[in-house]
This record gives sequence, structure tokens and C-alpha cells, in this order.
Amino acid sequence: MTASLAAPSMPVGAKTRINDFSIQVATVNGSGSQTANSVLLRAIFQMGVFVSGKNLFPSNIAGLPTWFTIRASAKGYVARKASNEMLILMNPETAKEDIAKSDPGALVIYDEPLQLDKLRADLSYIPVPFQKLVTASCPEPKLHKLVKNMIYVGVAARLLSVDMAEVRNAISKQLKGKAKAIEINQAAATAGYDWAMENLPDQDHIKVVRDNKTQGLIIVDGNEACALGALFAGVTVVGWYPITPASSLVETFIDYAEEYRKDPKTGKSTVAIVQMEDELASAGVVLAAGWAGARSMTSTAGPGVSLMSEFIGLGYYVEAPGVFFNVARTGPSTGLPTRTQQSDVELCAKCSHGDTQHINLYPGNMEECFQFAYDAFDLAERFQTPIFVVTDLDLGMQNWSSKPFAYPATPYDRGKVLNQQQLAEAIDWGRYKDVDGDGICYRSLPGTPGGKGAYFTRGSGHNDYAQYSEKPEDYVAVVDRLKRKYETAKTHVPAPVFRNQGSSKGILAFGSSDPAVIEAQDLLVERGLKTDYLRLRALPFTAGIDAFVKEKQVVYVVEQNRDGQMANLLRETYPEQATKFKSVLHYNGHAIDAQCIVDQITAFEQK
Amino acid sequence: MPTATPSAPTNQLGFTKQDYVGSKSTLCAGCGHDAITAQIINAAFESNIEGYRVTKYSGIGCSSKTPAYFINQGWGFNSVHGRMPAIATGSSLANRNLINIGVSGDGDSMSIGMGQFVHAVRRNIPMIYIIEDNGVYGLTKGQFSATADKGSFLKSGAVNDLPPVDPCTLAIELGCGFVARCFSGNPKQLSAILKSAFAYQGTVVLDIISPCVTFNNHDASTRSYKHVKDHDFPLHDLGFIQYSEVEDVDIAAGATEVVTFPDGSRVAIKAIHEDYDPTDRFGAMKAIHQSMAKGEFLTGLLYINPTQPPLTEVLNLVDEPLASLGEAQLKPSPAVLEEIMRSLM
Repeated sequence: MTASLAAPSMPVGAKTRINDFSIQVATVNGSGSQTANSVLLRAIFQMGVFVSGKNLFPSNIAGLPTWFTIRASAKGYVARKASNEMLILMNPETAKEDIAKSDPGALVIYDEPLQLDKLRADLSYIPVPFQKLVTASCPEPKLHKLVKNMIYVGVAARLLSVDMAEVRNAISKQLKGKAKAIEINQAAATAGYDWAMENLPDQDHIKVVRDNKTQGLIIVDGNEACALGALFAGVTVVGWYPITPASSLVETFIDYAEEYRKDPKTGKSTVAIVQMEDELASAGVVLAAGWAGARSMTSTAGPGVSLMSEFIGLGYYVEAPGVFFNVARTGPSTGLPTRTQQSDVELCAKCSHGDTQHINLYPGNMEECFQFAYDAFDLAERFQTPIFVVTDLDLGMQNWSSKPFAYPATPYDRGKVLNQQQLAEAIDWGRYKDVDGDGICYRSLPGTPGGKGAYFTRGSGHNDYAQYSEKPEDYVAVVDRLKRKYETAKTHVPAPVFRNQGSSKGILAFGSSDPAVIEAQDLLVERGLKTDYLRLRALPFTAGIDAFVKEKQVVYVVEQNRDGQMANLLRETYPEQATKFKSVLHYNGHAIDAQCIVDQITAFEQK
Repeated sequence: MPTATPSAPTNQLGFTKQDYVGSKSTLCAGCGHDAITAQIINAAFESNIEGYRVTKYSGIGCSSKTPAYFINQGWGFNSVHGRMPAIATGSSLANRNLINIGVSGDGDSMSIGMGQFVHAVRRNIPMIYIIEDNGVYGLTKGQFSATADKGSFLKSGAVNDLPPVDPCTLAIELGCGFVARCFSGNPKQLSAILKSAFAYQGTVVLDIISPCVTFNNHDASTRSYKHVKDHDFPLHDLGFIQYSEVEDVDIAAGATEVVTFPDGSRVAIKAIHEDYDPTDRFGAMKAIHQSMAKGEFLTGLLYINPTQPPLTEVLNLVDEPLASLGEAQLKPSPAVLEEIMRSLM
């Protein structure tokens, strides 16, 4: 049957897309497809081609549809691309819909019994007898379901001209240490490849050609990068509660701590990690540990931040340090828990009741996830306050290629802490006295001997000496000083980065939107529109943002939420410039793509 | 620094009792909570506690104000309603040398903070967890709490239709290794139990019946001074002997049972009410339930198991407080980062 397959025909005038395409794989979750997809991605990466992966998975353990998109890009564009040149359809439940949605001319690899080839005439079909191939290649029937997906890796490798040696390497890497699993999966991939060699003609739609773009790069996800940042920052207390998409941050940290945070002599641990009963308790542990002098953290997502918000306000007001990673997902409520969004911008900026303002860090790539996680612990102790590191599911859980992380050479900043001797020598010390005029006071740690420095921390009104007070002047003095402290932070948080083309039109974005904005800028140039791009990396807004906002004619604020939350913060901070901010939004749960930015900016420009 | 004067007696550290006091109480005159504060001061003095190692935690409510009223040499943290256990957990993990005292109330621990109470006990956080139990929300001016007895009245005349939660049986069920109930009006018993509590390694749950003189001290209240005095059944006379390398104190034989703590301290338990074995977990549960059915408050050391490891040991933490660890102990070397980066290539 399959031997009679004709060479897939190219649309008239089309050129072969070399190292520039997207593949979408539709499978059922819990079927081992994540391993297969990661192997395919890694094999292309090992061919020296820039590649990125997006896993679109359900909130479910097994049995529901899942899609994985692999994008190769010679130009280094790593944002999600809305159109796909190859489809691999393994899920009978979604196959017809996947076909209906696919782009004309796409190559469609599918499980032969699905008989999809009559559905549309403008696609190139490649039916594959997966069951037959898996039966022949894998002697253990109970593994067939898990190994079946590895067959399509072999088929795709053959069609894309990916070297099988790279596929085998990728399998070894992906399943490191598990000799039997490696053997079985390599056999399955080879069976797919050999079958395709024998039965499929060449195609010239899309190809991988060996390049050298990825030499020396790593593949990592943002949660792992943040975990590594925390490891090198010397976190000593972790209180956490499982939540998608933040769990793997702490779980990865646990694995690293097992290896790198044991006292070599005693085998005892230099970090306490406790899975708490909920996010409220996690927040309490983080702040109290910080109060007592530990470097502490938690990782959570929007619903967790909501639960933590009472404690976050306490931390802000009593001035207790702690690092809060928010790997944002699609809200409100449970929302789409396995989909991405920049949904918590305003929540994290002002988390809790009363007047509160928080330092937020917004990493935009893997190196920044690592570095900002490291920096967050310094900032927490320097400013004696909760620090949010805000990423999202797209940064946190997807695979990204990155330069290897540079060793964070700066020594730890433990902030203004008075030791026993300093307390003994201090004249008229008060826990909340602003001695230096920067809004940051000197603190003492519980357990410091010598009989000096003890104070009573309270979430109720207090004065410079941490005494209970309901006096209006005491209250105002404290909250005004906290505002001063926030001002001081402007010179300590990461400044924005720019990608300017010499234009009066500005684009402002942050976090995971970065790759899509870069690509959109290039696409807009092709349409004759130059833009200057500012990538914001922290709250509070720093001097670089002030200047950009004042100087641009218009500022397109790109963000992944419905309400333009960052634009709201900008309008509030720069009321005189409020009409300049135009929101470019993407909020359907998928990662933002360049085309939607181009379309929305173009529409604004045509008005 | 000890402020001993020739006239005031000092403890082994050279401190007077005055060195263990706090700020002046702002609670109502005659409040049971103040009597508890006085015994904490007394027990800390007699147990030779180093004040600077004490950390005092609380949530919200009348009880939660009291950490300001004792041991000024220690640090205090008055946090948010019902969340004192999380604060104690974080701080005790950060510095394992701290002596942790949490003060909570029946509303703070048995209503809003029930979940945190349960899990702190389950984890065996090294802390003395005091519930100043008056069956009423005092600071919000007199609403029922979850420990109020079914059928009990408020001053306003409102009747409680719901059954109470008992912190002691709950704590025993959760595996707590030191559970006691006391009455704030029985200083001798309270002092002995607090001194024993200072010697214990894990979570100590003390449910201290503490009448609210303003909102819950009328004759119909089961937590009034009169009612508790009439229905208090002390199980035993307790004597606490702190471990000392110098002298060894003989404990009278006979009806006295001795429980030895890992540090060598001992609590001597002389039964008076009935034969009661506080090391028998099921027996303790049964005795408490039987007394509750009769409308009595069984007071004393209800259950003790001195060998349970606290969370700091379960986590196998280094001996030095985590908060004292510096960059040299915490930051992996450049070679480690290189190794990790290679594994990701």
C-alpha cells in the first residue's frame, strides 16, 4: 500500500524551507509522546539548527489530547509560529479537527488506520503502519504504547534528513542512564527510519541541513534555570505547595540540592525543604525564615499568590525578606491551568490589601531566569521585603536553547543586619529607623546573643522602635518610608534592554513575549515600519523607562493578558503620557506569536 | 546581661525573674491570659532559659497579644490570624537553636487556623504551642469559638448549637508527643507543665482553660472561673527536675511515675485522681472522652512520648543554624556550574 505513495507535490513556486519550519505533533497525553518529541527536538538541535518546542498539554494525567510544536529557525526565531509545515497525527480523537485546521500544503504523517487522506485535497499525506512497525521492533507488548511514538521520530528524521546518529544520541541523552529504555527506543526510531527509507520517496517541502548555530548551547526550561539560580544563591529554607506550572521549579531544586547541598563530612543538609499544607503556610514559612536570617523561597502560580496575599502584605509591612517565584498560568480562577499567560502583572505588583508595592523581576530568557533568581535573594535581603520573580508557563515549562549560564560572580548581599558587636555598640537603635535615608533600616536576627537587638515584629501599627502605635504620625512615617524604600529599588533592579531601529514608535514588552516581539520587529521592517523595542525587566519602573515613554510618539505595550495589565501600571505611573500606550494583546492560552503583534500594530498604524 | 541585684534571687544564669518580664499587659483586669503569662515568666526563670534564644510567635486575638508581655530579651512575631504555626515553622527551620513559644487562642487555632495547627503538630515543629482557651472571641467582643461547649450561653444570651472541638484529643490523634490541659487558675500545675515543656524537643500542645472575664465569665459558661474551679479534676501532682550534671535528685518511689527526656530532665507524676498512665496513648484518649462526657475538665499531663524526633532532625539539617551559613558553605563552585551546564548540552 504505502510503497505506492507518490512524492508529495510542492505548491507551484514554493521553495524548500531549509531549517525554517514548524512541526506539530498531536498525541494522547500519558503515551510517552513527551519523550519522543523531546528527542526529535534535540536531534534537530544537535544538527546545529536553532529549535524551540512548545508543549500544549491538558490538565490531566493520561488520555486527553496533547500537541507539541517544534520550530526550527535558521534566523534564530524561537517564538511560537502559528502555521505548521508538518503534522504528525497520532490521536484519533483530534485527527479530523487537526486536518481541518492545518495549513495548505502541509505534510501529514498519520497512523494508517485513521484513513485521513480523503479529508482534504490540498495536503500531502504520509500514512505509516505504526502498529505493524512497533510489533516488529519491540518484543515486549506492554511497552508498545510507550514506544510507538518513537517510530514517528524515525520517520520524521528520514523525511527531514536528520542524521540518525543524532536521533540515537538524543535518545541516550533524554533517557540518561536507563540502558534498557535507550535500547528499546533506539530500536523503534530505527525501525521508523528504515521503513521510511524503503517506502517513502523524498520530499522537498522542508529539510534540515547541518549548521553550527547551536554549538555550545544548552537546552533547559525556565523552572530549572530558576532552580539553579536559587541553588547558587544559597537558598536555605524552601516552603512550597504543588501547583502547575510551578511544581517542577522546586522539584528540580530538590534534585540538585540532593547532590550539591549536603555537608560533605556529615551528609547533613544545608537546606530545609518542606512541602506545606497549602500556599498560605508556604508564604508564612518563607517570610518567617527570612525574618530569622535564612535565604528563603517558594514557587507558585496565580491561585497560590492569591492565597499568599495576606502574608505578602505582612512581609511588606513588617519588612521580612523572601523570594516568591510566580510561574504564571491562564486565569482567572482555575482558568486554563496548563496554558500560559502573563496574567498576574497587577496582582504581583500590588499583592495584598492596603497600600502595597512590590519589587518584581521579569526574566525574558533562560540566562535571565538563572541570573534574576540569583539576584532576587540579594534584593530580598537588601530591601527586607518579599520579591516576586515572575515567569510564566511558556518560560517555565517549555524547552529553550540558551547560552550556558555564566557563574554569578558577585558575592551575596546579606543586607543591613547588625551582629552582636554592632548591636552592643549601636546608639539608640530602632528596628524601623531610617538611618541612611534610603528607606532601608537595620535589622537584628532572632537568637543574637548579648541581650541587645530583640524587638517585637507586628503586622499592626508600629513606630521606629517596633513598638505598637496607633498614632497617625507614626503610621504615616512608616508607610511613607516604605514608599521611599521602593524608590531606592529603582537603582537596584535590572534596567530595561533595547532593540532599537531608530524610530519614534516604541514597543514595550516583557518576559516570554520577547522572541515574538523580536520577530515581529523584523516582519514590520519588511512592511516598512521601524520600531524601537524596550524590554522591561523589573518593577519599579526605572529611569530608562521614564525616558523611553517620554520620547516616543506611541508605545505599543505587548502583553499576554486581556486587560493590558502592564499598560495600566504604566498609565498610572505616567499619567501625562497615558494616551501614548496602545495595548497589543494575546491571551488565548497559547504562547504569543509574531504575526499577532504585526497584525495589531499594523491595524493601529492604519487608523 | 543579667541585671541581678543583691536582694533579688537569681537563677543559674544569674538572671532575676525581672529579666524575663515583658511590656505591661493591656488585657482586661483579671484576664486568665495574664495568669498564664506570669507562669511562662516563672517557668522560664526557673528553667534557666537564655532569653535571647526565645522567639515568641502569635496570630491574632487577645491571646496573640500576650507574647509582648513576657521575655523581652527574646524576639517576637505577631503575625496573621490563624497562621502562627507557619511562622514558627519557618523560623525554627532557619535557626534550630531558637526556643520557640507560640501563643494562640481557641479561635486562632481551632477555627481559622485549624489546618495550620494540624500540620504543625503532624510535623512535630520544635515549639511550645499554647492555646489560651476561653471559648469565645474576645477581641471582636464576644462570639462563640469552636471550643465552646454545645448548649453554652454567651453573655448576650445566644446559645451555641454546635459541638466543640477538643484540642487535646485532636493533638493526641495527630501524634503529638506532649499534650497537657491546665487551668490558668492553677499556677502550681501550670508552672510544672511549662517547665517540662521547656525540656521537650518537639511540639508541646498546652490547652490552657483561661476564663474571659469580660465576655464569658457568667455562671452559665463552662469556661467561667467558677465552673472550671468546680469541675477541674487534676490527674496528678507534677514535679519537674531539670537535668543537671552536678546533682542528681532522688524522686520518691511509690505511686510516682518518672518520665525521662532525651536531655536527662525528668518529670515526676504522682497520681491523685485515679491510676493514669500518661504514656498510654489510647488510655489517654479514653480518659479524656470519659471526663468530657461527665462535664469535667481533666487537667494535667495527658499524654507524653519523649522520643519523637522534631522536624529539624527528620530533615537531617546541619548542626549549625541555616541562618548562620555563609556563601562559603552555600554557593557551589564554578566547576559545579560547568558540570551542570555540560549535562544540559
